[in-house]
This record gives sequence, structure tokens and C-alpha cells, in this order.
Amino acid sequence: MKLLAFIEFLRGRLRTVIRICLGVLAALVVLDAIPGLVHKEGHAHTWVEAHLPGFWAAFGFVGCVVIILASKAYGHSGVMKREDYYDE
Amino acid sequence: MTSEFWLHPALILLAGAAVLPLVPSAFRRPFLLLIPTLTFARLWSLVPGTFGEIRFLDWTLVFGRVDALSSVFGYIMGLMCLLGTLYGLHVKETAQHSAAWIYVAGSLGAIFAGDFLTLFLFWELMAFSSVFLVWFRRRPESLAAGFRYLLVHTAGGLSLLAGLVLHSNGTGSWTFDAFDVSNLDAGAWLVLAGFLLNAAVPPLHAWLPDAYGEGTFNGSVFLCAFTTKTAVYALCRGFPGLDLLVPLGVAMALYGVVYAVLENDSRRLLAYHIISQVGYMVAGVGMGTELAINGVCAHAFAHILYKGLLFMGCGAVLHMTGKSKFTDLGGLYQRMPWTFLFTLIGGLSISAFPLFSGFVSKAMIVQAGFESHLLWAGFLLNLASVGTFLHTGLKVPYFIWFGRRNCSEETWNRASEPPGNMMAAMAAMSVLCIFVGCYTPFLYNRLPYRTEYDPYTGYHISETLQILLFTAVGFFLLLKKLEPEAKVSLDLDWFYRRGAGLVMRVARGPLQTLDTWVGELYRRSGLEPLMRAARGMGRFDHRIIDGAVDGLAASVRGMGGRLRSMQRGSLQESLTLAFLAAAVVVAVVLLTL
Repeated sequence: MKLLAFIEFLRGRLRTVIRICLGVLAALVVLDAIPGLVHKEGHAHTWVEAHLPGFWAAFGFVGCVVIILASKAYGHSGVMKREDYYDE
Repeated sequence: MTSEFWLHPALILLAGAAVLPLVPSAFRRPFLLLIPTLTFARLWSLVPGTFGEIRFLDWTLVFGRVDALSSVFGYIMGLMCLLGTLYGLHVKETAQHSAAWIYVAGSLGAIFAGDFLTLFLFWELMAFSSVFLVWFRRRPESLAAGFRYLLVHTAGGLSLLAGLVLHSNGTGSWTFDAFDVSNLDAGAWLVLAGFLLNAAVPPLHAWLPDAYGEGTFNGSVFLCAFTTKTAVYALCRGFPGLDLLVPLGVAMALYGVVYAVLENDSRRLLAYHIISQVGYMVAGVGMGTELAINGVCAHAFAHILYKGLLFMGCGAVLHMTGKSKFTDLGGLYQRMPWTFLFTLIGGLSISAFPLFSGFVSKAMIVQAGFESHLLWAGFLLNLASVGTFLHTGLKVPYFIWFGRRNCSEETWNRASEPPGNMMAAMAAMSVLCIFVGCYTPFLYNRLPYRTEYDPYTGYHISETLQILLFTAVGFFLLLKKLEPEAKVSLDLDWFYRRGAGLVMRVARGPLQTLDTWVGELYRRSGLEPLMRAARGMGRFDHRIIDGAVDGLAASVRGMGGRLRSMQRGSLQESLTLAFLAAAVVVAVVLLTL
């Protein structure tokens, strides 16, 4: 039951948890810009990756938004039906 | 007739499946663990070579082709069988275990098959045994889904068989080796279609979410591992470097993601993510480089573990609460915290977080794409990774264990941690997922080609963490948009689900009318004249023919009576005397000569 207590502990301090997460996100982008830590030469495949710090962060965020919005638009265009659609 | 005996690992499972119903219930649990353990030990002990060659009519069946490629697939299948059986250990119905073992035996048989005929044999065994894992759920929906699954796989099997016969007649060889991918003959295309159907490549994919969402709680744990990954093995063996597979694989990786956004049933969501993940593998086969093929094998290995774990987690929720839809669940972390943790580990593994199994396998395929200068493939596969984390890492855990509590009172009261064997299986899977992610030689040393690949570079870690964590930002910002909706999403199975209804309506309406009309026409124009003719014939028969026959019979009888009066005694006596006389005459003649 210790696990449950731990989850409750985190949920009780949700604001702090979110602040820490935001700090981690910022740190990720900052660290990505330090050449000593992230060797881009030989690893980056394209120009934008090598020269734009936080390129993959933007890719992840924009990709996520696009996937959700595009899929939902597709779903609501007539693909999603009532649950008993096939029972008729 | 046969070469020296080689113990096929599938044989252990088949024998086990046959004996299982006879095992007394007191010994059943140890027996259930013993058979997969023996199978796994046998798979571990296999040495490379070609074994189990049997001459049959004009063919040479090769049951045991053990090489680097088949070994790595065989190993992970054996491991999965052991953990899958452990997960369902408390299931009392022995037929369920037998069906699962026969299914695994089919997969192992296909993997070690060295010729097409053996491949086909085990390929079909897989289809016909796995359908029971759906039927045993015993809902009316499961029965229908099982029949659809069987029909689709029968069609795929027929395509495979037709292709094999065509191809082998052309080349004169039944050996299962790589096809000439630069110049595929008609037979090879049909074989490819059969393989792609089992790998659930759109548009031949709709059977997968249909059946896996309807399987029993532990049946789907087996289903999610074997059929698609056996097909990936077959593609690896038969079609490495076929360019067409790259766009197909990438499309499939994204297709699964789109449908996973819409899906309300947790297990169907996971099923759509099988399509997505197998997409990486299909694309990797298409790239065909050593790194790509290594990546395919590594990803199949990792995938079987984390997808099995995810199906175990959602299966545990289904088993305990009877529910699998997000609109019936939510907030369960208080009741099933450990199941949550295990499922989360599966989610982090499939999302390829550093230190988890997907991280060390998926990257090889993406890297191979970039190295083959297929930049679009590399970027789109990374986009699919975004979708993977979005659903499997975030949506599934969030909407089952957190989020709004949609559970009914009954569901909430039923919810609790599953039995110990299920917990043990999930714990073992979790440990394996993390172990594979942390200690790369365990996986990399089993791959078909030697590899110097190192996933833990600063760049790769930075790239992955950025993609994934900023996906999480998008998830929480658009959480309202992602609220589950109690809907079904139409997929290409519409054509045979509603399409069949359409055919029936056409059959009942226009076709039935046409049939009645033709029947009437036939009766008026054909049947009635025929009846009249028949009556005429009857009269002719009665008056003329019967008269003649009767007359003949009467005269025969009269003759018989006259003969009888001529005879002195019984016919037998006379005949015996006649034969005796004849015998004496013959004997005399022979002796005097």
C-alpha cells in the first residue's frame, strides 16, 4: 500500500509537481543548446535539428496538437458512430 | 525416411496441450508452468543448423531451420508463452490453455519452417487455434468477431497458398528463402498479400482491433504477441529491402495513431497501437539494411514484452471490473495502484523513454531510415512516436486510473488488485522491459547482425526526452478534447460488417423477387408441360408397356407350370446326379488319355 500513499503524496502537492515538471522542460531545451552535452555533429540528420535548439521539443508539442486535432476532425466527419451502430 | 530425431519446441507445446485435459486438477498448475518452461529451455538450447528434414511424397519438409533470425524470434515467443501462461494460471478451463499453446506452437512452427509447405501448415494452425481465444469470452459479440477473424484469415491463407504454389511451380523450389524483391512474380505478390494481412497492414488490418478487443482477458495477451510478429518474421525472411514496405509501414504507424485518438475501449486502443508499432517493423524490413533488420528484430522483441504487459494491465482491469471502456472507468488508482504502475511501465516502454525497452529498439529503425536518406520516413516515424506516448503512455493510464471517475458503484466495488499470478506475470514483464532498456547487450547480442549501435548518446536522449515531454504538455493542454466518447469508429471492417448486411438486404429484396419470378416462370413454362408429358408417359406405360410385360410374365408362368409337371422330383437332386455323372465321365476320359 506504500505505492498508493506515494501517489496520494504527489497528488496532494500537485502545484509543486507541475512546477518541477515545467522546470525540467525548460532545462531540457537549455541543455539541448549546450554543445558540450549534446553533440549534434554526426547525430543530427538535417540542418534544422543541428541549428535550432529545442527543435524536437517544438516537434513533439506541435505534433501532439496536430495529431489530436486532425484525428478528432476526422472522427467527427462521420467516422464515429453510436455504439450500437453494428447491432442494427 | 527421416533424419535423426530433432525435438521441435512446438512439439512440447502440442503434446502438453493434448495431455493437459487429462492432468488431475491438483497437478494442473505445476503442469501449466512446466510445459512452457520446457519449451523455453528447448528454444534456449537450440544450436544453429537445419534439422527435422522429412521426405513426404515429392517434397522435403524442413521443420527446423535454426539460424540467427529464427532464433531471436523463437526465443522471445517462448518467453512470452511462459509469462502469458503464468498470467492466466488461475483460469480453470483447460481448453483455453490448450488453445493458447497450440497457437504458440503454430507460431514456432512457422518461424522454424525451412520450406513453404511447412510454413503454410503452421500458419493455418495459428489462425484456427487463436480464434478460440476470442470465442472463449462467450459473448455474442465475441462469437461474431471470431467468425470475422477466421474468415479474414482464411482468405489470407488462401492467398498465401495460391502464391506459394504459383511461385514454387515457377522456380521449382519450395525452399522458403528471400524473394527477388526487384522482380516479384505473381506468386510472390500473393504471398506478400498473405504476409501483410497477418501483419495487419492497412487495408488488410481491420481484423486486429476487431478480434483483440473481443478476446478473453488473457487470450488477448497471447493474441497481441504472436500473429503479427510471426508475420514480421516472415516478411524479414522473404522480402527484406522491398521498397514498397517503407511507405506502407510509415502509413500504418500513423494510421494506428489516428484511430487510437478516437478509441474508447482501452484494449482496442492498444490493438490500434499494435498496428502502429508493427508499422515501424514493416518500414524497417523495407529499408532492408543490416541496421534496419537488426532494428526490426530488436523492436519485435521489445514490442512483445511491453505490448504483452500493456494487455496484461488492461486485461487485469477487465478481469476485475468487467469493463474495458474509458467511459466506464476512471479514478481506479486507489483500488489498483500496482496494476497502474505496471501498465505505466509498459506505456513508458512503448513510448521509448530512456532506460525502457522501446528506447533501445525503435531508435535503430528510425536511425536506419535517416541513414538510408529517407528523411520523410524518419520524421514521420518520430511523429508516430508522439502519438504512441500520447495514447499508451498518457491516455490509457490517465483515463483508467485518474481522470473523471466514470465507474458505476458496482464497478468501483469490484475493482481491486488481480490475483497473485497475474501480478507476478506483470511484475516479471516490467522487470524485463526495464532490463532490456538498461542492459543493451542482452538484446543486441541476439540480433542477426553484429552491431555497434549505441542508443545512449547525448543527442538521442535529448531528442527523445524533448519529443516525449513536450507531447505531455500538449496532452494536458488539450485534455478536454481527449475526453473519451462512447462511440465506435468505422474502420475498413465496415465493408464486411455492414457490407454483409447490404448483401443480405439485396438478397432478401431484389434477388428474392427475381428468384420467385424465375421460379414462377419455370413452373408455368417448364413444369406444367413437363407434368402433362409425364401423365401421357404414365398412360403409355400403364396400357402398352405394362400390358406387354404382364403378358410376357403370364406366358413365362405358364411355361414354368408345364415344366414343373414334366419334372419327376426335385431339381437339386437331378442336378447333383447330373454333375456327379459328368465328373465321372471327365475322370474316366482324363485317366484313359
